Amino acid sequence: MSETSHLRPPLITGDKTLGDVTHDICAPMDRTPTGLWYGAFCLSLTALVIGVAAVTYQIATGIGTWGLNKTVGWAFDITNFVFWVGIGHAGTLISAVLFLFRQKWRTAVNRSAEAMTLFAVMCAGIFPLIHMGRPWLAYWMMPYPNTRGSLWVNFKSPLLWDVFAISTYLLISAVFWYVGLIPDMATIRDRSKPGLRQRITSILSLGWDGSARTWHRYETVYLLLAGLATPLVFSVHTIVSMDFATAVIPGWHTTIFPPYFVAGAIFSGLAMVTTLMIIARKTMRLENYITLKHIERMCLLMLSMGCIVGLAYGTEFFMAFYSGNGYEQFVFINRAFGPMSWAYWTMVTCNVVVPQLLWIPRLRKSLPIVFGIVILVNVGMWFERFVIIVTSLHRDFLPSSWAHYAPTTIEVATFVGSFGLFFTCFLLFCRIAPAIAIAEIKGAAHLPKHDVPKHVKPVNSQLAPQRDALVEVTS
Amino acid sequence: MSNRVLLATFAHEDDLLAATTAVRKHGLNIVDAFTPYAVHGLDKAMGLKPSRLTWVCFICGMTGALGMLWFEHWTASVWWPIDVGGKPWNSLPSDVPVAFEAAVLLAGFGSVFALFAVSRLFPGKKSHPIRPRITDDRFVLVIDESNAAFDVLAVRQMLMEFNVVETEEQIREGGPNR
Repeated sequence: MSETSHLRPPLITGDKTLGDVTHDICAPMDRTPTGLWYGAFCLSLTALVIGVAAVTYQIATGIGTWGLNKTVGWAFDITNFVFWVGIGHAGTLISAVLFLFRQKWRTAVNRSAEAMTLFAVMCAGIFPLIHMGRPWLAYWMMPYPNTRGSLWVNFKSPLLWDVFAISTYLLISAVFWYVGLIPDMATIRDRSKPGLRQRITSILSLGWDGSARTWHRYETVYLLLAGLATPLVFSVHTIVSMDFATAVIPGWHTTIFPPYFVAGAIFSGLAMVTTLMIIARKTMRLENYITLKHIERMCLLMLSMGCIVGLAYGTEFFMAFYSGNGYEQFVFINRAFGPMSWAYWTMVTCNVVVPQLLWIPRLRKSLPIVFGIVILVNVGMWFERFVIIVTSLHRDFLPSSWAHYAPTTIEVATFVGSFGLFFTCFLLFCRIAPAIAIAEIKGAAHLPKHDVPKHVKPVNSQLAPQRDALVEVTS
Repeated sequence: MSNRVLLATFAHEDDLLAATTAVRKHGLNIVDAFTPYAVHGLDKAMGLKPSRLTWVCFICGMTGALGMLWFEHWTASVWWPIDVGGKPWNSLPSDVPVAFEAAVLLAGFGSVFALFAVSRLFPGKKSHPIRPRITDDRFVLVIDESNAAFDVLAVRQMLMEFNVVETEEQIREGGPNR
């Protein structure tokens, strides 16, 4: 049965009815987009076009257009890959892990977080693909019977595990997102006038009729998907970290990598979700649904993740010292005081120092300050991957092969393009789909009765006339 | 055999839940209920059995994991054994990650497609909302009237206690269980 705690603040503010919830969430789809939306969309589209041009050029010319050399064989591209995969993880954390923990407040943000996951994983997938140099042969990564023997893929390689992990993650995230959308598509279908939108939503809603029997099965499957997505998200970033940890490079070859990467991924993803939440609530007038309480909870999650990440940084240094391994110790001293120390200290400042401000409740409640912090965390988490990848490689065992690395314009343009792809998709999503899971937030909010106030006698009730004239249709 | 049903519309989930419990207590047969969101506790109030889709999920997951383990073993140690860094051909630990991903993929897709099949959801299916606003803010309880002892007036009187918004009698195509 339903229990509502009176100690907790309501999930939705502004004294809304169920009908209001439907209307408010669907309203941005009916309105002409604001100038702000058009501006953001043009900017994202421009970035996307720049990225497409850069990728086309580098595929036509070869990845010699990048700043890589014999010593630094992985740099910008793989940094971006790990960065985007990490961003995606918070979406799954919010939609699946918080669902399993019955955190009702997640309903305000889970839809957009899931969309974010989907788009971030799409962006991530591009980078290893173009890194192959011959992306048209990407299907060679899949085990399929071929005329070369059949020569199968190497199942002992973490890079192949990654192929399976990322593609499974993309597919499961897409299914999870779509399953969540089905009841909302039915809501849009039933409230829109005959036309293109009704035709599309009636196909996508699969003839959903709100039957309690279907809901009962649907809830079971949703729980199953959440239960599957939770270990999946941990496995994905564990496998990403194994791309590094199973190599014998000092700075990579550490057992702390899987939990360290998972914590970092969730941390960066939370920062990105909060960035998008703050933008979405402002531009789409969803202040009653994405309340300050939500932002504050995200801040607390971010703070705890930031502390875990900080602990991981410290542990890495301690283990390098404690291992007694000269190469390991050199890599860490080089990280903090070598030629790329600026990247290291940017990372520490943004990821460990700045989030400590979130201990102060007053700062957590100030949107501009929170916005500033999350942007810095996004920057810091990008640098974390850059530091791990480049500083571990650029001064290897043989001083004669030490090298420096700087990205080329093409690499930067590709990175800009990935942001273009991400924000173009996200802005389109905000326009064509309900940005908040309507059915889920209604179920979680348990709104008070509006139509039939309990304390009013039926005679005075707004419903009394309707009740007297009970409709009787006997066909 | 009659397939007349009584549709009772409510405006709040608590009313629907209470009415469902009361209707069942009076020994009436509930055909179905229609709600805009998953009302928690409604499955118990309606006496629905736990879904067996969890078994589909489990079987699909096991198929994925065992199938992939077998495939990895077959490709790496039977069909074309290749020495990778001196590891044994049938190195089980390195087979685990891909087998796990295959298990999750098959379990996820299997249970979703099973849900679509069991609930008869497919693209292009025409939806006939039983009452308007069912996907917005109305809750409808469908009660079977085929029992000869069914007293419409008495049931309506009982539903009044639960703030019923409107009631309507319908003849449903294809029997009360659709």
